[in-house]
Amino acid sequence: MSKITTLINAILIDPKSLTQTNGSITIEEGLIQRINGPAKGNIIDCRKYCLAPGIIDLGVHICEPGERHKESFKSASMAAAAGGVTSIVTFPNTIPVIDNPELLEFFMKRARESSKVRIWPTAAITKKVEGKEISELSFLQDAGAVAFTNGLKSIQNPKIFLRALNYASSLDSLFIGNCEDYYFSEGVSATSSAFATKMGLSSTPKEAELMGLERDFLLADLSEVNYHAAQITTKKSFLKIKELKSLGKKITAGTSIHHLLFDETDIKNYRTFFKLRPPLRSSSDKLFLLQNIKDSTLDTISSFHLPQDEESKRLPYEKAAFGAIGLQTLLPACLKLVNDKIIDLPHLFRKISLNPAKILNIKSGILEEGYFADLVLFDPDKPLLIDRFNLLSKAKNTPFDGYQLFGEVLKTFVRGKEIYKSRNINDT
Amino acid sequence: MLNNKDLLSINELSESEIISIINNANSYYHDNKITSKKKVLNNFTQINLFFENSTRTQVSFEIAGTLLGANVVNFPFNNSSQSKGETLLDLAATLNSMNPDILVIRHPDSGAVQLISEKVDCPVVNAGDGNHEHPTQALLDILTIKKRIGRIDNLKIAICGDIAHSRVARSNIFCHKKLGNKIRVIGPKTLIPKDIDKLGVQVFYNMIEGLRDVDVVMVLRLQKERMDGGYFSSEREYFHLYGLDDRKMRYAKPSAIIMHPGPMNRGIEIDGDLADNLDKSVITMQVEAGLAIRMSVLELLLKKKIENVKNYHIN
Repeated sequence: MSKITTLINAILIDPKSLTQTNGSITIEEGLIQRINGPAKGNIIDCRKYCLAPGIIDLGVHICEPGERHKESFKSASMAAAAGGVTSIVTFPNTIPVIDNPELLEFFMKRARESSKVRIWPTAAITKKVEGKEISELSFLQDAGAVAFTNGLKSIQNPKIFLRALNYASSLDSLFIGNCEDYYFSEGVSATSSAFATKMGLSSTPKEAELMGLERDFLLADLSEVNYHAAQITTKKSFLKIKELKSLGKKITAGTSIHHLLFDETDIKNYRTFFKLRPPLRSSSDKLFLLQNIKDSTLDTISSFHLPQDEESKRLPYEKAAFGAIGLQTLLPACLKLVNDKIIDLPHLFRKISLNPAKILNIKSGILEEGYFADLVLFDPDKPLLIDRFNLLSKAKNTPFDGYQLFGEVLKTFVRGKEIYKSRNINDT
Repeated sequence: MLNNKDLLSINELSESEIISIINNANSYYHDNKITSKKKVLNNFTQINLFFENSTRTQVSFEIAGTLLGANVVNFPFNNSSQSKGETLLDLAATLNSMNPDILVIRHPDSGAVQLISEKVDCPVVNAGDGNHEHPTQALLDILTIKKRIGRIDNLKIAICGDIAHSRVARSNIFCHKKLGNKIRVIGPKTLIPKDIDKLGVQVFYNMIEGLRDVDVVMVLRLQKERMDGGYFSSEREYFHLYGLDDRKMRYAKPSAIIMHPGPMNRGIEIDGDLADNLDKSVITMQVEAGLAIRMSVLELLLKKKIENVKNYHIN
């Protein structure tokens, strides 16, 4: 069966050529068959809405297996689809941790059964992410792992870390690091500052991120592994990445949308939905990152979606679990950057789609003939008032609750198949 | 009358509210003894909920409530539902259903008292939350200063010791900022939290320099139970550098007074003899003022309700 669809009259957001032009896309057999060719097959009028490559969210926690009451493949995939996310790169911090091929096969089986969006799993580089013994990386790679990580924790022992990276390097794999120093980040809920001092919160210096980055990068460089620093959230570590890139070092880096839009003062009176890891930074760090986000230093922007149930959040701030959901709000939140003229749409999609695809070596994230037709059609100007109970994730811990954002996803396609359609659009 | 339903932090009080709490507390002193002629809280229920070991503050709130005529219930924490796994907010809901008129809460986590206050209808008094605030302590310190020095403005105040783990320090800093006093904090760098100078205080690591010409020396208890190691080397070295003794005290104004929120670690943060020197030490006065302040806070938070009861009886 070769079903052909042509999406006509769209504004094509091309993150590769950095253009934004009127055009059409013809989809055949799940691939982009033709751009700006003759309208064929089933024709969909995009009415001058934006058509872009689907978002690739790099660093998502799906709580399956182990904590399906927080999020499952089904709920995460629905949230992703409604948010224009066509690919989810998962973290291995499930219960149990994804650190052996049998578990990863089970994980992928569940993903195939329940997820409409594509799931790209990462696996734990050390068993149980304990930073002690190396996992079966080659088997894991064969089972589908696109990268290795040690989850949200850095590996304490540099000897073991270097060995693990060397092993990963020999398999030519990617390592995704959350580099904040292990000891500094343990059990801490805020960044050291006048705010944390005033609120009496346990805190850690923001330099913990730079410290960890410098150490992790040195080891990555020694091992020549492909290294991606997942969350850069301070000015100092941003400048470090910039310096390394200017020296031609093999490193890529990303940040979280929450750290671009919120700072520590948003915690206000101990609002636990703003308890993140790394903790929110000062307004000056946030503003610096915002001013420089268009720059090529930070390759990716992700949600770092981490569902938590009400019981884990309805606690005193110090005791509450960290993390925020973000799959469904990633695009509207990023569109705030576009509306505020901080970044334009093609540059934005470079960071949320093209670059993640390149880093992971996935044939997506690009509007080009022969690539997967993973696409999102959206109205960037539609006002969107976030009500956490209307989000599709099982867990409702979004820091955007009650916020006015802009941008509505109208349709989402994965391999040419429409997997989401907004109630506000009809195809007649 | 106070503007907010609860007393959670000094930060949310205005200067005039602080003054009115102090003046009201002062009115309970009769011939240097604290009594209440009217049992304004008659038939009111006060629940003390202390999630952290405390004797002094809890007893002080208990006596304060009793002197005003309230029925005071101390929630038995040790064998309470906490050990049965009930969450903090479920416990708050349970207590709320018992219709208390006021809750007095201490909790080891910053912000926990506020969290409970959002879930209950009655006023809540923060009797200390983590490293955050201990508002009645700052207020009783002000009352003590007023009684001993005669004024509460235009003062130089030094807060010494473990600032990082001290809710007393924070509440006092916020309070004295509002009153326009000059505040210094003195301690080893390990116990001075980051950017505290941005809260408007001067930081000293040398105690003698920090004590020069101050009117009030507040010595904080070294909170050994809150430390996870490595803040200083030994108690004797700590006493040598930051323990208040006669030698260091000479640098303060001759009329300067010594305060301590208690309980004291004699020979660690303060010399035992100096603590007992009633010419300088006002530590026992502080305990007394604590009673008056807590009565004042209980009365002012319940003022509206007290008046409603009065009007009901008149009608």
